[in-house]
Amino acid sequence: MIRFEHVTITYPEANAPTLVDVSFEVPEGELCLVVGVTGSGKSTLLRAVNGLVPRFSGGVLAGSVVIDGKSTADLPPRDLADVVGVVGQDPAAGFVTDYVEDELAYAMENLGVAPEIMRRRVEDILDLLGLHEIRHRPLASLSGGQQQRVAIGSVLTAGPRVLVLDEPTSALDPAAAEEVLAALTRLVHDLGITVLIAEHRLERVVQYADRIVMVPGDGRPVIVGTPAEVFGQSSVAPPVVELGRLAGWSPLPLSVRDARRLAGPLRERLAEVELSAFRRTPRVVGDVVAITDGLQASYGPVTALRGIELQFRAGEVVALMGRNGAGKSTLLNHLVGLREPASGTVRIMGAEPHRLSAHEVVRVAGLVPQDSGVLLYHDTVAAECSASDRDAGLVAGTTRSVLDQIVPDIKATAHPRDLSEGQRLGLALSIVLASEPPLLLLDEPTRGLDYGAKQRLVELLSRLAGEGHAVVIATHDVEVVAAVADRCVVLAEGEVVSDGPARDVVIHSPVFAPQVAKVLAPLPLLTVHEVELALAAVGDLPFS
Amino acid sequence: MTAPRLLHPGAWWLWAVALAACALRTTNPVLLCLLIAVAGWVVVSRRTDVPWSRSFASFLRLGLIVIVVRLVFQILFGVRIPGTTLFSIPEVTLPSWAAGVSVGGPVTLESLMAALYQGLRLAAVLACFGAATSLCSPYRMLRALPTALYEAGVAVTVAFTFAPQAIVASRQVREARRLRGRSDHGVRAWTASALPVLEGALDRAVALAASMDSRGYGRRGGASVSLRRRSVGLVLLGLVALAIGSYGLLDPGAPAVFRLPALAVGVIALVGSLLAGGRSIERTRYRPDPWVKPEWIVSLAGMVALASFVLAGKMGDTLNPSTNPLEIPAVPIVAVVGLLVATLPAWFAPTPPTLATVSTSVAVAA
Repeated sequence: MIRFEHVTITYPEANAPTLVDVSFEVPEGELCLVVGVTGSGKSTLLRAVNGLVPRFSGGVLAGSVVIDGKSTADLPPRDLADVVGVVGQDPAAGFVTDYVEDELAYAMENLGVAPEIMRRRVEDILDLLGLHEIRHRPLASLSGGQQQRVAIGSVLTAGPRVLVLDEPTSALDPAAAEEVLAALTRLVHDLGITVLIAEHRLERVVQYADRIVMVPGDGRPVIVGTPAEVFGQSSVAPPVVELGRLAGWSPLPLSVRDARRLAGPLRERLAEVELSAFRRTPRVVGDVVAITDGLQASYGPVTALRGIELQFRAGEVVALMGRNGAGKSTLLNHLVGLREPASGTVRIMGAEPHRLSAHEVVRVAGLVPQDSGVLLYHDTVAAECSASDRDAGLVAGTTRSVLDQIVPDIKATAHPRDLSEGQRLGLALSIVLASEPPLLLLDEPTRGLDYGAKQRLVELLSRLAGEGHAVVIATHDVEVVAAVADRCVVLAEGEVVSDGPARDVVIHSPVFAPQVAKVLAPLPLLTVHEVELALAAVGDLPFS
Repeated sequence: MTAPRLLHPGAWWLWAVALAACALRTTNPVLLCLLIAVAGWVVVSRRTDVPWSRSFASFLRLGLIVIVVRLVFQILFGVRIPGTTLFSIPEVTLPSWAAGVSVGGPVTLESLMAALYQGLRLAAVLACFGAATSLCSPYRMLRALPTALYEAGVAVTVAFTFAPQAIVASRQVREARRLRGRSDHGVRAWTASALPVLEGALDRAVALAASMDSRGYGRRGGASVSLRRRSVGLVLLGLVALAIGSYGLLDPGAPAVFRLPALAVGVIALVGSLLAGGRSIERTRYRPDPWVKPEWIVSLAGMVALASFVLAGKMGDTLNPSTNPLEIPAVPIVAVVGLLVATLPAWFAPTPPTLATVSTSVAVAA
């Protein structure tokens, strides 16, 4: 169905090709997963499927891409619209109408589908993706997860044979992600649609994949095979595979279910030792840095936060979790003074952030927004750093030295756009951190990061907490919560529904529990690292 | 009144274009201010919940900048109209090859007022454009465009959505500036954010065009190449003729052939292309926007205003008050009545659906 033959893609003004001699084939009705480290060219590969690369990106594509017998060299994306549906990384950027129903119908209108059929298909898709409650809503008022589902729906209505999705679950909470993936597997199984997905959160999708295309980057050849084959030789793997490797299971488990069936001996072995010693100890916390009291917020007629009472203390890492649209981002925006509370108060170090000038706010609270790139708008890293020193009134060179601690070896002359996702996040973080705000807020910091970059972020956040920052991360990434958070606050419909030690909150939740916890339940271990420590301490790694 | 629904985009654009045409026919500051107020009133009464609907204020700000720039240029380089001298700035003697350009010299009240009127006229046109984008999203307009224009898909998309996207991008940049600890105010803040805003807007517009294309916008369908070329040619001819015709209508000094005859040629060519294009491109509408009573009222309200301006001109009313000698502008009653008619959409257009009327769930994302 999808055939890449010796495809080499070079962007204009690039020194080296992004993809080199890529050849693979995906048969009809398969779900194929594209994996690779951040910046390895996954998005480029996906966008080449319907010819958006090179037609909209510029550059040169050598070789050929053939979809359902049609070559992208002959047909522009618009004439492939009934064959391939593409959902980009940022669904909101691809919306071409203002309302949910119009968006769903758009592709069908262009294809000339008869009105009666259009009505029926829109209803089908509304049900399939659970969108009926928001069918009349403006797209701009939707949460990230809802937008993602609308974007998928809007290409599905055209009835494509091939569906291409770039990180479809990265913005979704665990439950919404499962819903989307369930819908996708239904399409693959029942309708024989061929699906190509790029995803960093392998733990969510690997179990559904029939085939994996591993893009290593650096011009090395792609590796194609079944999940078990590929993970045998890949450094990028989800926690359940890592656990399988540690325990020496064969075949490698891909889902929690597989792993649980193999984990009996490991669980017995671990049950013999006192596990509390190997768990990450909660950090010692200091004074209250920020406090919200009866905080209410609303957008027009819609209430987004209702009476939030929270305290954040120096030296703790707090994970803010909850469904898409639960009010996490709104809370962060209030904490940094971008919005004025409708009622109630926010105080950081005694001051109300929205009354402070921009200059004063950065000294008490810093926010790295969901798309960290929006903070960057100079043309070199050096210019960003010196501008940041100037803005915050710091000694020249402060931001650069913070940056060197976070991500060393970034060239001063590099353009922020050319940095990898992780490097860009690092740069944005160092700009926010340069003025040493006691309260550090991060909105979905792991979106688009591979496991290596995530690990570095976790280490960095631990260090910052150790230095006395209060760190708040709004995230859906349970693995990161398991690795770094001390406290977990769960929001629902603008209210705090649970607030307690992260370990207790996640381990008892069927939705938020990380994979290792699910495999080893009822044993209270959360990460592969903890299991490793426990096994090492009992003197052996018996299964490897 | 009727249930909440969105008015046909064509009706809003006709109304706004008619108002803009009124603005172009006058430099009377009273009329221009009234016109801006009329546009603002209708926007406030009938705008939607989508992000673009907040763009009217940005267009007003842009209009203010235009006026200021116009005044500064007049002070520095303007033609020296004799009259009451307010102050003088040092005159620069230019080399002979730059004859005709004057820099500096006495600045008179008359010259400043003339510049102010002209700036105000441009600001009023911008306000009309802002009103149209606030009242009717550029997306909806894009979908209502003649099918034959699809050939130029990307260019059309970028052209139509660039301004609104820039407004969204500027909000983002403003928030980002605050997060970086920069002040929002002052000329420096403005100039420093201009480039990122433009870059952001262009990126968004191109991403949008890519998305539209991959969802079949401008598909060739079963049409033959020659049929397609013919319909594209007709559209181009039609648009050029329409542009000439409208220019002719606006500029009372233009030759007669550039007025109604040019308009007629344009309309005929466009209708022809629609017929040809309609056969070549298979396209359907999910829920076609109806054109019923409210649409007629809104578009006619705009037309009445335009007609009143034309009539006022014919009756010898002072649509262009004299600035030399400077006199207090008279208020042409006919034109004022016409503008008041243009406020009718504030009551007769259906109210758009709002979050409050469609929302069943309580939470929204930030």
